[in-house]
Amino acid sequence: MTAQEVRLCGLLLQEHFGEVVERIGTHLLRGGAQNLRTIANETNTPLDLVKKSLCVLVQHGACEFGSGRRGPGSPVEYRASCERVLRVLRYPRYIYTAKTLYGDTGELIVEEVLQRGHMTMSNTVKTVADRLTHNMEEGRSMEYSEVVSAFSKLVETHFLQRCPPVAEMGTAATSTNPATPGTPAASASTAPPTAESNPDCYKLPHVTLIGRGKRRRSSDDSEEQRGGKKAKMDSESCGDEGIYWQVNFERFHQHFRDQAIISAVASKLDQTSSEIVRTMLRMSEVTTTQTAAYTQPLSANEIFRSLPPNYSISRPILDQYLSLLVDDPMEFVGKSGDSGGGMYVISKEPWPTWRELHWSLWYRRGWCVCQSWFGSRSARIFRLLLRKRHLEQKQVEDFAMIPAKEAKDMLYTLLSENLVQLQEIPKTPDHAPSRTFYLYTVNQLPTARLLLQHCYKTVANLIERRLFETKENKRLLEKSQRIEAILASLQASGAEPEQLTEVEEMITAPERQQLEALRHHINKLDSTENQVDETVFLLESYIFSTKTK
Amino acid sequence: MAGGKGRGIAAFSFNIESLGLSRGNMPQTREGPNKLYPDVEFKPVPLKEGEDEDYMLALKQEIRGTMRLLPHNIKPLAEKGDVERYKERYQRQNMLDEEWTPDWQLFPKELMPQKKKLNVKPVGAKKKPIKVSSKEKADVLSKLDELEKKDDVKSDEEKEEKKTTEEGEEEEIEGEELEEEEIEEENDYIASYFEDGDDFGAGSDENMDEGATY
Repeated sequence: MTAQEVRLCGLLLQEHFGEVVERIGTHLLRGGAQNLRTIANETNTPLDLVKKSLCVLVQHGACEFGSGRRGPGSPVEYRASCERVLRVLRYPRYIYTAKTLYGDTGELIVEEVLQRGHMTMSNTVKTVADRLTHNMEEGRSMEYSEVVSAFSKLVETHFLQRCPPVAEMGTAATSTNPATPGTPAASASTAPPTAESNPDCYKLPHVTLIGRGKRRRSSDDSEEQRGGKKAKMDSESCGDEGIYWQVNFERFHQHFRDQAIISAVASKLDQTSSEIVRTMLRMSEVTTTQTAAYTQPLSANEIFRSLPPNYSISRPILDQYLSLLVDDPMEFVGKSGDSGGGMYVISKEPWPTWRELHWSLWYRRGWCVCQSWFGSRSARIFRLLLRKRHLEQKQVEDFAMIPAKEAKDMLYTLLSENLVQLQEIPKTPDHAPSRTFYLYTVNQLPTARLLLQHCYKTVANLIERRLFETKENKRLLEKSQRIEAILASLQASGAEPEQLTEVEEMITAPERQQLEALRHHINKLDSTENQVDETVFLLESYIFSTKTK
Repeated sequence: MAGGKGRGIAAFSFNIESLGLSRGNMPQTREGPNKLYPDVEFKPVPLKEGEDEDYMLALKQEIRGTMRLLPHNIKPLAEKGDVERYKERYQRQNMLDEEWTPDWQLFPKELMPQKKKLNVKPVGAKKKPIKVSSKEKADVLSKLDELEKKDDVKSDEEKEEKKTTEEGEEEEIEGEELEEEEIEEENDYIASYFEDGDDFGAGSDENMDEGATY
């Protein structure tokens, strides 16, 4: 856990869960596994607040608890997970992906589950149906069954998964779930179970949910009373108590990686080949496990049958495209046999192809960084060094076609920023400097890590700047909030236009301009955070792929 | 290792030309740490603009706003001001679901709120020393049993008892049972001590007899 990561996690926790959770969370991230009393004492927080914060963190999967180091008798220890907290940055991307795949219903389901950490299916369905009904026109409401079908689609494609059962602490969690008879044996192990270790992790519970979404009426006392009674009647259990669902981040990441492959193919070759690759990936989505080296071999016949109908290419042309993909130096697709018209696989794992692809994706980022910091010529040098691996000073000048003095300058700047490293190759055993080659090179993995830390620092800076801007203009923002509230209440109670304009004029023109500028800045900062997160994802994914060879 | 050429003339021990430097053209030495806000020479690449980005931006801001209103967002214990401010009234109206109770099945029991803990606390306070001592003594007991009596069945039973003590609420009962056994064991030990004492006492009586005839 680097300092930058902890700082960023702290800011994210503060934004979404408040200061108390931030204090506890940062303390856990910095200090490793600790028990309840230690946390309370060291952070000087009242015990019940600590308990509530820990509940929130565990609910969202940011913190795990387990029996302490001294064995099962010692107090419970809590461990926070930096990685999980950093995912919060990517929530909009997850939700947007769900929207593109499964429409508004899917989007709302994923949003609800993300906001609450984990939820039961029945709860999710009801909440989502209510929200959709709220946005629909008067008189129409959302059927539960539609929401259930969207939910089941998400589960089938593994975007949602069951929460892992709680292993130790003698809780009765494992026994309430009748569908998992094998877990008492697993609970004896000391490693916390992952969601994947549960054999029923993608099995929908048998629940019958019949009903429609309810429209929430606001500020109406009689309705609220009736609403209260209705809520009590609806809170009967739906048969899936204890089965909680969470978002499967790894699956989303796999989807993002697939998208990256497809766009890389599209930019290198053409649209049709990217469609072919997309089809292949979709066919092997659920059959390939996360860490498989290759997808299952797909025969050309199957690919031909599964192509989307609007891409009607004939069979020989498909074969030509496939051979083109196989021959491409990037090796997107590999050929693994000839039965069924040729068996093709897509290599998904680091060595060799996926890593090449990852490498090329990340190097583009590195190149962009280089360019933006030092100019396009330095970027040219960077790219050259990546391509040629090791070059001498003289060779760099020749290949990059940059005059010696400037090339030297740029190389030293890159060296001092650690984007480029110097490699010594001695000619003689005594490493005499006059008889040693000095080669410039780029060490991919350390440079990737460096860039990743820079990205974390960037996002943290962006958030802090946004908080600063908000704080500076707090008075103005509060005033505009108040005026909007007044306007809304006036409009609801049917006021005359003169009253409305009178209220609107309470904000003067320069204030309005200031507000506009403020909104523009904040939007820009937010948008930048989102986009830096894309780079973060790519770099994290590359670094992770080099770990699991 | 001084450079070869001349005495007193500054010379490097390696061939500078290979690094692309020449005597007149040395790079500048640094004179201190980097600036905190370094000058930016090149304008950064503009942001991507588009529907997707706008939508994600809206999502992000919405999520932030909603999560602030959820009960997950824990506020520090605010001091009640002298005057109730107007803004508090209309801000509080927006809080969704003031209460949130997590499913305690999935959380460790110690995180339950205070009022439940008060009941458990005195029992818990007693339980802890009992638990620890019973475990240590259970360990000792099982080892003793293995060594002295070499009774496999009994040590298995005690191992099983140890395992059950690690789970939920049978601890108290088991602890008490083990305590009773411990007391018995202690009695045995003490009894053996007294046995020695008896022998010793018999020995001293004999001495006394001898002293009397003296």
